[in-house]
Amino acid sequence: MSLLTPVDIGDVAEPSPPAPARSVVRRRDRVVIRFAGDSGDGMQLTGDRFTSETASFGNDLSTLPNYPAEIRAPAGTLPGVSSFQVHFADHDILTPGDEPDVLVAMNPAALKANMADLPRGAEIIVDSDEFSARALQKVGYDASPLEDGSLDAYRLHPVPLTTLTVEALKAFDLTRKEAERSKNMFALGLLSWMYHRPTEGTEKFLASKFAKKPEVARANIAAFRAGWNFGETTEEFAASYEVAPAVKAFRPGRYRNISGNLALAYGLIAASRQAELPLYLGSYPITPATDILHELSRHKNFGVRTFQAEDEIAGIGAALGAAFGGSLAVTTTSGPGVALKSETIGLAVSLELPLVVVDIQRGGPSTGLPTKTEQADLLQAMYGRNGEAPVPVVAPRTPADCFDAAVEAARIALTYRTPVMLLSDGYLANGAEPWRIPEQDELPDLRVPFTTAPNHVLEDGSEVFWPYKRDPETLARPWAVPGTPGLEHRIGGIEKQDGTGNISYDPANHEFMVRTRQAKIDGIAVPDLTVDDPGGDAKLLVLGWGSTYGPITAAVRRLRGAGERVAQAHLRHLNPFPKNLGEVLARYDKVVVPEMNLGQLSVLVRARYLVDARSVTQVNGMPFKADALADSLKEAIHG
Amino acid sequence: MAETLLSLVPKAEARQTMKDFKSDQEVRWCPGCGDYAILAAVQGFMPELGLARENIVFVSGIGCSSRFPYYMNTYGMHSIHGRAPAIATGLATSRRDLSVWVVTGDGDALSIGGNHLIHALRRNVNLKILLFNNRIYGLTKGQYSPTSEVGKITKSTPMGSLDAPFNPVSLAIGAEATFVARTVDSDRKHLTSVLRAAAEHQGTALVEIYQNCNIFNDGAFDALKDKERAKEAVIRLEQGRPIRFGANGEQGVVRDRATGELKVVTVTARNEADLLVHDAGAASPTTAFALSRLADPDTLHHTPIGVFRDVERPVYDTLMADQLDTAVARYGEGDLMSLLAGGDTWTRDE
Repeated sequence: MSLLTPVDIGDVAEPSPPAPARSVVRRRDRVVIRFAGDSGDGMQLTGDRFTSETASFGNDLSTLPNYPAEIRAPAGTLPGVSSFQVHFADHDILTPGDEPDVLVAMNPAALKANMADLPRGAEIIVDSDEFSARALQKVGYDASPLEDGSLDAYRLHPVPLTTLTVEALKAFDLTRKEAERSKNMFALGLLSWMYHRPTEGTEKFLASKFAKKPEVARANIAAFRAGWNFGETTEEFAASYEVAPAVKAFRPGRYRNISGNLALAYGLIAASRQAELPLYLGSYPITPATDILHELSRHKNFGVRTFQAEDEIAGIGAALGAAFGGSLAVTTTSGPGVALKSETIGLAVSLELPLVVVDIQRGGPSTGLPTKTEQADLLQAMYGRNGEAPVPVVAPRTPADCFDAAVEAARIALTYRTPVMLLSDGYLANGAEPWRIPEQDELPDLRVPFTTAPNHVLEDGSEVFWPYKRDPETLARPWAVPGTPGLEHRIGGIEKQDGTGNISYDPANHEFMVRTRQAKIDGIAVPDLTVDDPGGDAKLLVLGWGSTYGPITAAVRRLRGAGERVAQAHLRHLNPFPKNLGEVLARYDKVVVPEMNLGQLSVLVRARYLVDARSVTQVNGMPFKADALADSLKEAIHG
Repeated sequence: MAETLLSLVPKAEARQTMKDFKSDQEVRWCPGCGDYAILAAVQGFMPELGLARENIVFVSGIGCSSRFPYYMNTYGMHSIHGRAPAIATGLATSRRDLSVWVVTGDGDALSIGGNHLIHALRRNVNLKILLFNNRIYGLTKGQYSPTSEVGKITKSTPMGSLDAPFNPVSLAIGAEATFVARTVDSDRKHLTSVLRAAAEHQGTALVEIYQNCNIFNDGAFDALKDKERAKEAVIRLEQGRPIRFGANGEQGVVRDRATGELKVVTVTARNEADLLVHDAGAASPTTAFALSRLADPDTLHHTPIGVFRDVERPVYDTLMADQLDTAVARYGEGDLMSLLAGGDTWTRDE
């Protein structure tokens, strides 16, 4: 099927622009929409498409997919509800939004599971066809909330989405069941009309996604258009809304919408190109990191080798082997996988080979909450190995920032010949936002030379290669890869003599090597921490790391809007900390550290800098809500 | 194909000798350890390959045998317990110009590293795995291993070990290995011939080497080493030859027509024509597996040595490299800037 626009699907009318004569158009500066349904209803796809339309329209946006770990939980039940929230605005925004302005609920379970988050006055669109007695009973509704007045405080729109979809598709050669599957596209069409979203991208997408099943492609496009036309012709919706493009939010450049895992995968490919080294990924499938394996596996024409190993240990083992051979080596996993990889990370510390370990954190301990977010692997990343085994730790702050963080992790790994922990999380991994695509000349040069000649002269004048003779500046050891004549050497996990790298059990040498490995990591050059304190007179500093950047920044803005003075700083480097961190902390009377764990960064800064850092923590599998966080910070300011 | 894989590894410019493969490190195995003989055999054999020394890598795990790389004047990595096949897989699949050897032991390969071993074998990565089997944990001072006979009395099993042992050859064949051989540390000629066949093999080669631990399991293989006893105990497998053994070849292996299993018989004029002719290249692993089951795990009687299986199957590293080539042929050499700017984009002007 060709990708011509508009897509020819026969006699279904094409979307028309909303006619202002009939429906009122209102302006909004920002809107939060949540699509919710059964895990099988296609809510993630619906949300993704709405997001792409919104991105191409030029709004700033932020998304929050939220779904159960089960692939298909029992239909119509509360545990089976999957949702996708998108926040878009005519200005720059930082979070997926606290409370939805609009909830699209495809069944009673989706309605019930999401009501608690809905502010009064919010718009609710439900598929009224799904509110049968049995479906209501399944989730414990005694009476239909559509009829018992319990939703009077909301603007409720019961729409028979299923019936309307089947009706719209009756010309197609589809069973009723097949036709019903397109109801998510009907809903997407309706919401696209309501918020004046462009439609071409979705039509192209559907045509290409179902290229091998043209009838299904046409049916989905027809349902999508029918949804749009329904909004346009029915009198159910009194108004449609415009959210102008966020012109000022974006500095000049070319943009695309991107999720954290995609940005991270691209960052790794970019690092490989900038280092002029082949990329090697050793990995084992684990939620929520697997998408990086999927993505990198698609780019073999970049010389990317992806190895799906028999287990987590083999994944990192293969990566370390490739690092020995001169690849930019990466392993991707989530918390439980890091636990399994720990011994090999320790070996990489001892071998002093470059290796990027990507941990997409999820709720723990153990299997925990595979599809929910958390930041509780920080101490594991810092200390989760036997012996003194320091590892640099880098954390991205937003989905798009995963690109830069990946490049930075690769830079440190290559420059200092060390494993590096890249700590993303489930929220960043699956969340999306606009990303300014960098120009080639904005990417750093990551080339490091392999050692190709002897680097040491013995007393007798003979030239030899010493695998542990270090660069005096970086303390990195030489990287001489197999195939280099004359530099044959053996490395291993047993303690090595300084310089020669030969096995050594000498006490003084071990003391020296432990301290030297630590000094190498402590000496890694990282940029100073910048503090955002517009008035310069704040008494309280909010210090964060990782994905709390969005909620913290939004909370800080609200506080400042309300006249509070508050300073904000966000760490990219958790190990080593920026050199000025101690001095920054000392400048403030109060330091508050919001984290999605029980206070791991605050433990670190308290121990290192003897500051009385106060923790604000949340471990419910979801990102902070900006309002609640603002309340906590306000308490801290005045408490 | 036989030419291609080894031909990817650069050749040595000058003629090499055993001395070229000895590193400057003092060998620190217990005096009398079987590892010395294996080291000498490998160092003596390497010049025969004629490969550039810098393109040879030995990777090991943990255990007595895993000190091996330190003594080879090639590139080497002494890694962590059980993981050498995984690490070597990453190296071999990313650097096809290297000849990658794994040195491991019965505990390293079959206990803590069992998973990596079987998956390397099924993938057919171009690795040569030398499994030193002494049927004991030596480095931790004498606990039973996954190849120890049932009832083994050790410090951790004072009333005898309870678990049935692995037969490494059976295990490897079951794991879809394309090359499986067994040899003995003290038979340098046989050991070298098996190494030669392994080196020439395309893909993963598993060589089980019976190795004497004279400290914790001394004499474990005496049944196979004592000249007289060996005549009755050892079955030498030779490609294309009827399988016979005994002082004068008076015993042989035939297939039981009723059960299909292999059995040892006294060779007579009547059954001589029925003797099994060894074919390591048989497509089906069935007969190789049956051969691996002939040995009595306790007495080691009827232990076949030699190459059980040697077949061709696509090599993982080659397939991986081919996919990269195919991707370039299909989509062109990757262009970073177009990748980053893929999908729907929009532009903000000044």
